[in-house]
Amino acid sequence: MDFSNFLWMRDEMSLLGVILVLFLYDTFGTEKSRRAFSWVACLLLAVQTAYLFCPSRMGSSFGGMYYTTPMGDAVKAILNIGTLLVFLQADAWAKKPDMVIRRGEFYVLTLMTLLGMYLMISAGNFLLFFIGLEMASLPLTALVAIEKYHQLSYEAAAKYVFVALFSSSLLLLGLSFVYGAVGTLYFADIAAQLTGNPLLYVGLVFFMAGMGFKISIVPFHLWTADVYQSAPTPVTAYLSVISKGAAAFALMIVLFKVFSPIPVIWRPVLWGLIFITITVGNLFAVRQKNLKRFMAFSSISQAGYILLGVLAGSAVGMASLVYYVLVYVFSNLAVFGVISVIENATGKVGMDDYNGLYRTNPKLSVAMMLALFSLAGIPPFAGFFSKFFIFYAAVSEGFYVLVFLALLNTIISLYYYLLVVKAMFIRQDDCIIPPLRSDGASRLSLSICVLGIIATGLLSCIYSSLNGLAFGF
Amino acid sequence: MEIPMICYIVVSTFMFFAGVYGFVTRRNLLAILISLELMLNAVDINFVVFNRYLFPGQLEGFFFTLFAVAIAAAETAIAIAIIINIYRNIRNIDVEQVDKMKY
Repeated sequence: MDFSNFLWMRDEMSLLGVILVLFLYDTFGTEKSRRAFSWVACLLLAVQTAYLFCPSRMGSSFGGMYYTTPMGDAVKAILNIGTLLVFLQADAWAKKPDMVIRRGEFYVLTLMTLLGMYLMISAGNFLLFFIGLEMASLPLTALVAIEKYHQLSYEAAAKYVFVALFSSSLLLLGLSFVYGAVGTLYFADIAAQLTGNPLLYVGLVFFMAGMGFKISIVPFHLWTADVYQSAPTPVTAYLSVISKGAAAFALMIVLFKVFSPIPVIWRPVLWGLIFITITVGNLFAVRQKNLKRFMAFSSISQAGYILLGVLAGSAVGMASLVYYVLVYVFSNLAVFGVISVIENATGKVGMDDYNGLYRTNPKLSVAMMLALFSLAGIPPFAGFFSKFFIFYAAVSEGFYVLVFLALLNTIISLYYYLLVVKAMFIRQDDCIIPPLRSDGASRLSLSICVLGIIATGLLSCIYSSLNGLAFGF
Repeated sequence: MEIPMICYIVVSTFMFFAGVYGFVTRRNLLAILISLELMLNAVDINFVVFNRYLFPGQLEGFFFTLFAVAIAAAETAIAIAIIINIYRNIRNIDVEQVDKMKY
C-alpha cells in the first residue's frame, strides 16, 4: 500500500497530532502538571494554525476522495483562529471546580469536531463528506451535555442529538437517491453524469434539508434557540461560529462541484430559504430577553446572509462568503466573550441585567458595542464591508429583489442590536453588575476580536487575497 | 425467480416513513431513538438494493452501508448515554418532562 497519499492531508495529520498529544497529556499527566493544560492546548493549536498558513500543494489524493484547494486551506485557517479564540474564552469556565475534572475532554472533543469539519471541507466523495459531517456533529452532542447535572444542559443535549440524527437520516436518504440515479458518489463523476432524472432532484431536496438542519436555516431552525441558550457559553460560541461557517462552506462546495449543472433547480429553493431565514430570524430575535437565546436568533439571520454568497455561485460569491465568515468569527466571538465573562462572574445572562453596564465596566461595554455594530453592519467596522461584498456578489448575479429584502432586514436587525447597546449605555438600574476584572485569557481573546473587527475591514489586502483564491462554477 | 427491485424499495420507503411517524408521535425518548434507527436502516437498504440491482459491477453502495451502520451505532451510543443521564437526573424519560425551554 502506498502511504504517500497521507502526505497530501497535512492539515488533518497535524491536527490529529495535536489531538493525540493533548489526549495522552490528559490521560497520563499528573494532577500538578495538568494545571497548564489550557495554555498547552492553546499553544499547540496556535502552532498548528501557523503551519496552515504555509503554502500547500493543490491536488487530489486517494483516487479523488480528498481534495486540497487553497481556498479550503484558507477556510481551515479561519476555523482554527475561531477555535483558538473560543479556547481562550473557555479558560476561566474550564477552571471552575466542577469542570476541572472534565477539562481535557472539552479540548479534545472540540478539536475532534474541528477535524471532522476539515474532512467535510476537503471531501471529494459523499462517503468522506458524510463521515466528516458526523465527526463534526457527534462530539458536539457530548460537548452540549458536558455539564451533565445541569437541568437545561441535558435537555438541550437530548434535543440536539435527536435533531442531529433526524437530519443525518434525511441527508442519507437524499444521498441514496443520488446514488441510485447516477451510480457513483464521487463529486466529479456525479457532475459529469447529471441528467434530468427526477430521482436526483428528490435526492437534492433531501440533501438540502439535511444540511439546512446543520446550518439552522429557517424551517429547520427550532433546535438552535434551545441548544444555544442552555449549552455552556464557550460551546455555544463554538456552535454558532465555527460549526455554522464550516457547514455553510461545505454546502457551497457541494453545490458548486456536484450540482453546478442544474442551478435552475436549487437556486429558487435557496432564494426562498434565504428570505424566510433572514426574516424569521430577525423577527424572533426582537422579542428575546435572554442574551444567549437572542444571539441564537441573530445567528440564524446571519446564516441567511452567509448563504447569499452560495446563491450567487460566482467566484466573488465564494470570496465574499469566506470573508463574511471571517468577520463573523471576530464579531460574534467578541459578543460571546463578553457574555462569558459576565456569566462566569455573576451568572447573569438576561438583557435587563446589562442595564447600566457602561458605568461599571466601560471596556467590556465598548467591546460589546463594537461587536454589535459590526454584526449590524455599521460602516467603519468590518461587518459593513462583509455585508457590502456579499450583497455585491448577489446583485451582480441579478438577485435585486432578494438583496432589497435583505437590506430591509438589516434595518430590523439594527433595531434589536441597538436594544442591547441602549441597555448598556442609557438605561439605569438599581442592581448594576459590579465592576469586575476578567481573567488574562479572556482579555487577550477580546482584544484580538476587537482588533479583528476594526482591521479586517480596513485592510483591503485580506479580501483581495481571498478573492485571488476563489473559484465559481 | 428473482424478487423485483421495486419490492425492496417499497419496504425501505415504508420503513423510513414509519420512522418519521414514530419520531413525531412517540412520547418516550427510547421509542424516538428506535424510530430514528428505523429511518437510518431504511436508507441502508436503499443503498444496498441500488447497488445490487442497478450497478452490479461495483461496490460503492455496499461500502457506504458499512460505514453508515458504524456511524449509526456511534450515534445510538451517544443518544443512549444522554437518555441515561436524563433518567438519572429526573427518573423519567418522557419527553413531556423535558420541556423547560420553549419558543
